[in-house]
Amino acid sequence: MSEQAGRVPHSVRLDEEKCVGCTTCIKKCPTEAIRVRKGKANIIAERCIDCGECIRTCPHGAKRAVSDPVSIIDGYRVKVAIPAPTLYSQYDEGKSVDKVLSGLLELGFDEVFEVAEAAEIVTAATKELLARDAAAAARGERSLPRPIISSACPAVVRLVQLRFPSLIPHLAPLIPPMEAAARIAKYKIHAGEEGVGVFFITPCAGKVTVTREPLGYERSALDGVIGLRDIYLPLRVAMGKAPERKLARAGRKGLEWARVEGECDALGERRSISVDGISNVIGVLEALENGNIGELEYIEALACPAGCLGGPLTVENPYIAKTRLRNREESAAEALVVPRGYEPPTFEELRWTVPVRSRNALVLDPDMIKAMLMMEEIEVRAEGLPGLDCGSCGAPSCRALAEDIVRGTAVESDCVFKLRDKVRALAKELMALEEIQPPGLDR
Amino acid sequence: MKLRFDVSGDDFSLAGKASTELKRTLSRLGIGPAIIRKASIAMYEGEINMVIHAGGGVIETDIEAGGITMTLTDHGPGIPDISLAMTEGWSTAPDRFREMGFGAGMGLPNMKRNCDEFEIESEVGKGTKVRMVINL
Repeated sequence: MSEQAGRVPHSVRLDEEKCVGCTTCIKKCPTEAIRVRKGKANIIAERCIDCGECIRTCPHGAKRAVSDPVSIIDGYRVKVAIPAPTLYSQYDEGKSVDKVLSGLLELGFDEVFEVAEAAEIVTAATKELLARDAAAAARGERSLPRPIISSACPAVVRLVQLRFPSLIPHLAPLIPPMEAAARIAKYKIHAGEEGVGVFFITPCAGKVTVTREPLGYERSALDGVIGLRDIYLPLRVAMGKAPERKLARAGRKGLEWARVEGECDALGERRSISVDGISNVIGVLEALENGNIGELEYIEALACPAGCLGGPLTVENPYIAKTRLRNREESAAEALVVPRGYEPPTFEELRWTVPVRSRNALVLDPDMIKAMLMMEEIEVRAEGLPGLDCGSCGAPSCRALAEDIVRGTAVESDCVFKLRDKVRALAKELMALEEIQPPGLDR
Repeated sequence: MKLRFDVSGDDFSLAGKASTELKRTLSRLGIGPAIIRKASIAMYEGEINMVIHAGGGVIETDIEAGGITMTLTDHGPGIPDISLAMTEGWSTAPDRFREMGFGAGMGLPNMKRNCDEFEIESEVGKGTKVRMVINL
């Protein structure tokens, strides 16, 4: 069963006021999920993977990710902030991790629990997954296909569902660090308590969506997701006022998850690929699907440039942020020594409980014969289009327009060149008609 | 439905393009992931072979309700001993391709492994024709 069309509550939205109907975003969308209609770049919900590429590329700021306002924390008895490690990299080195976390308490949170701490726990679980799986394979039992693809980046998981369904069995069946952090805060540290609200501070548009529509598990333990961009300034001000407290606990292995190569570094797996940026991720997944990737154990694939540091909800340039993060990694301990104040989740507690299935949003028709006829027509239509991929029709390429025409969502005269041909033909016809004289005048 | 792909013999960076295009088509037809995986591996290996050994060629695919037929035709040097060429680990790939990680001698056997019917004809000096069928 695939996900129902339009059921996914995406976080990426269009601000119609700001959209000028240019074609920048439609060209950059890796799943061809945007069409300009009536001068506005609308998103086809069932194709969107929440990668945030359109947010990053829109020159007018018309694409944005809808996250929860900071005020969402009001009304909870215990307010717990779980900041992504990317948050630390947004401020200059003068602001230590302790300082950033102290600032969050000044802003009104009662407690903080670092996602980086949970990342260390997920790293340990990933190691266990690889070890258990290798042992199963040695016994001749069913094991996961290699390489295993990290499922931490929700845009990559959705990309696999939509464009690489044959690779679904490669996905690591483990919950991401932010969900592990939320569960620890809510069900371990505050087990059985009422009125506990857990809020993720995120650089990622996809994480907003995944909280509402989890991938691999039933329900998220999070009560809200606050965009890093929205909390950046108030937090900066709060940091100035807050007395610095010793709050940072996560080690280097947790912090480095925010940047590309961090997950593999933490894992200590040399037979791996770390890839960032959605088009590079697609290239690696294509190679894997073609069987042209060699003997590998693990793929860390992150949709954003430089990893989560390049998330669409960040403030700082991802590469400046990367250096800042590295400096903090160097001053941090190697790894969290012992989880304090809670029983760490077991391997089983971190496993997926719901299978991730393919999304058939690209299929032309459920009846294969019908789909084939449509495909043939697309080929013919595409041949007849100019092949300039100018985007004026609102589709990202001539091929995409051909497909839209056959799907019934566009017409051939949406193409300006086709329209011009028609006008010219019409003009010729008019000229021909004009030359015809009424019989009485025809001499 | 029929698709035709011209495989360029001089631009290695384009190898894999036909496989990607075929995948794009198959996914729009709602063909299952396992079949798509087999087809992309068989097609990709075929493309690479054509680039390395034959200076390019043509791939014709025919997708029908019963199966996907891929016919790869080249006018390269041909294969003197087909059974040797079908042996895993046997390779005649030039060094410059081996340096790129190709030429492990797994191409033809891998193609055969990923399809249900496999036929190969070759004539030295004339070229090679491979026909693969993946049942649906």
